Amino acid sequence: MALQSLDIKARSATTTPSPSVRGETVEVAKLIDISRCIGCKACQVACMEWNDLRDEVGVNVGVYDNPRDLTDQSWTVMRFDEVETEGGRLEWLIRKDGCMHCADPGCLKACPAPGAIVQYNNGIVDFHEEHCIGCGYCITGCPFNIPRISKKDGKAYKCTLCSDRVAVGMEPACVKTCPTGAIVFGSKEDMIHHAEARITDLKERGFQNAGLYDPKGVGGTHVMYVLNHADKPEMYAGLPNDPGISPMVSLWKGITKPLMNFGLGMAVLVGLFHYVTQGPNEAKEEEEEKQ
Amino acid sequence: MSQGKLIERYNASERANHWFVAITFILAALSGLALFHPAYFWLTNLFGSGTWARILHPFIGALMFLSFIAMAIRFWKHNRITDADRQWAKHMTDILQNKAKNLPEIGKYNLGQKYLFWTLLATIILMLISGIVIWQPWFAPLFPISLLRIAVLVHALSAFIAILCLIVHIYASYWTRGSIRAMTRGTVTAAWARHHHPAWYKEVANKNR
Repeated sequence: MALQSLDIKARSATTTPSPSVRGETVEVAKLIDISRCIGCKACQVACMEWNDLRDEVGVNVGVYDNPRDLTDQSWTVMRFDEVETEGGRLEWLIRKDGCMHCADPGCLKACPAPGAIVQYNNGIVDFHEEHCIGCGYCITGCPFNIPRISKKDGKAYKCTLCSDRVAVGMEPACVKTCPTGAIVFGSKEDMIHHAEARITDLKERGFQNAGLYDPKGVGGTHVMYVLNHADKPEMYAGLPNDPGISPMVSLWKGITKPLMNFGLGMAVLVGLFHYVTQGPNEAKEEEEEKQ
Repeated sequence: MSQGKLIERYNASERANHWFVAITFILAALSGLALFHPAYFWLTNLFGSGTWARILHPFIGALMFLSFIAMAIRFWKHNRITDADRQWAKHMTDILQNKAKNLPEIGKYNLGQKYLFWTLLATIILMLISGIVIWQPWFAPLFPISLLRIAVLVHALSAFIAILCLIVHIYASYWTRGSIRAMTRGTVTAAWARHHHPAWYKEVANKNR
C-alpha cells in the first residue's frame, strides 16, 4: 500500500475487501477548461519535474504536439487541432490528454495482477508498478488509450493525478503550474459548480454547445473537461463521445470468469460421478480368453 | 487381467511427442489460468512470480503449438470421420453406461477421440493466433487496441474449450481401462484392441500375418 493515509475503493484481481477503515472521503476532480488553455505545455513540464520523468527528445514533425504521444515518460501531452467550425471560423483546439481517472476504470477491471491497479476512495486510479506483471491487459480495458508499457522495465505507466501530492493535501503538479488557471483541482462537487459558471460564460459569448465532459459511460471521471463544443468531443483529438469499457472486455472479465470456473469444475465432477456410478470400461475377460 | 498378446499402438517417437505436448500444455494451462482469474493467481508462484508467468507463458504456448502440430501430422490420417463413426455415435448412451453391444467396427480412434483431435487442433491454432496478437512486449504493440480486445476474448474462450478437452481426454483414458499403457509402454492387449477398436485390430493383425 503505497499511500497509507488513503482508503482504497477497489484493487485489481482482488475478491476480498480493500483497506477502508476511514469514514467519508471527499471525491476529488481535476477540471481542464479547454477555453482557457493557451497550449504552453507548462503542465507537461511540471508533470516531468514532479514525477522525475525525462522523455527522449523527439523530432519536429510539423505540428505543435511534442512529444507526439503519451509514453511511459510522458503522462500528459497537449494535443493540438485546427478545426473549422460554423461560419468558416478557424478554431485552435488544445486538449491536455492523460488519464481520466474513471469511476468505473476499465484498466482495473482487465488487470490480472492483484493490487497492481488501485482506485482510491477519493476517485484517483493509480498503477502500483511493483505489482505490475507487464501483460498489457490494462491497454485493452482503457476506453481512452492511456496506459503505456515501458520498454525499459516492461511495466505500465500513466498519470497518477499526483496521488502522492493529493494524499498530503496538495493539488496535482500540472494544476499548480498552469499559468492561465485552465486547470483547477478540488472536490468533484466544487469542480462541477466551477464548470457551470464557465459554461454559462461561454454560452453568453456565443458557444451555444459549451458543456462539461464527465462521461456517464465510465461512471463519470475524475478528470473533466470544459469544452466549448461539448456536442462534438471528437473534434478534440478524438475524445470519445460516449466512452465505455469495450463489450469484449466486459464479456472476458465478466460472465466468462465464473462460467468457465463452473464449466471446468463440472467437467471434473461429472467424470468422478460417472466413474463411481458406471464403473470402468473394460475389455471383457471372455474376449481375453478367446485368444 | 491376463496379459494376452500385446499390440503396439504408439512407437517411442509418438509417445515422446505426446508427452512433450502434455507437459507444455499443462504448464501453459497453469500459467494461463493464473492470469485468467484471481482465484488462480497463486499458480504464478510455480513459475517464479507473476511477471515470470507472463514472460514464460507465450514461449511455453509456442512450444506446445509446434509439438502439437507435429503430433497432429502423425495422427491426421487416423482421424478422418467415417460412416462407422457416425453409427457408433448413435450408441453413445449405452457406451457411457458400459452396456454397448454390436457396435460398428471402429478404427484406431472412435468419434469421441476424433472430435477431441479436431477441437484441440482448432483451439490451439486460435490460441496461437490470438496469443501472438496479445504477446507483450514483442507483438502486441503492432496491433490496434480493438484487435487486442477481440484476441484476449478468443484466447480465453479457446483455452477454456482446450482445457475441457484435456479433462475429458484424461478421464476417458482412465475410464477405458488398459488405455494409459498405450502412451506409457506403447502397447495394448489384443483383447483391448478387439473390444475398443476392432477395425484397427484387424488391420494390424492382417499386416502382421
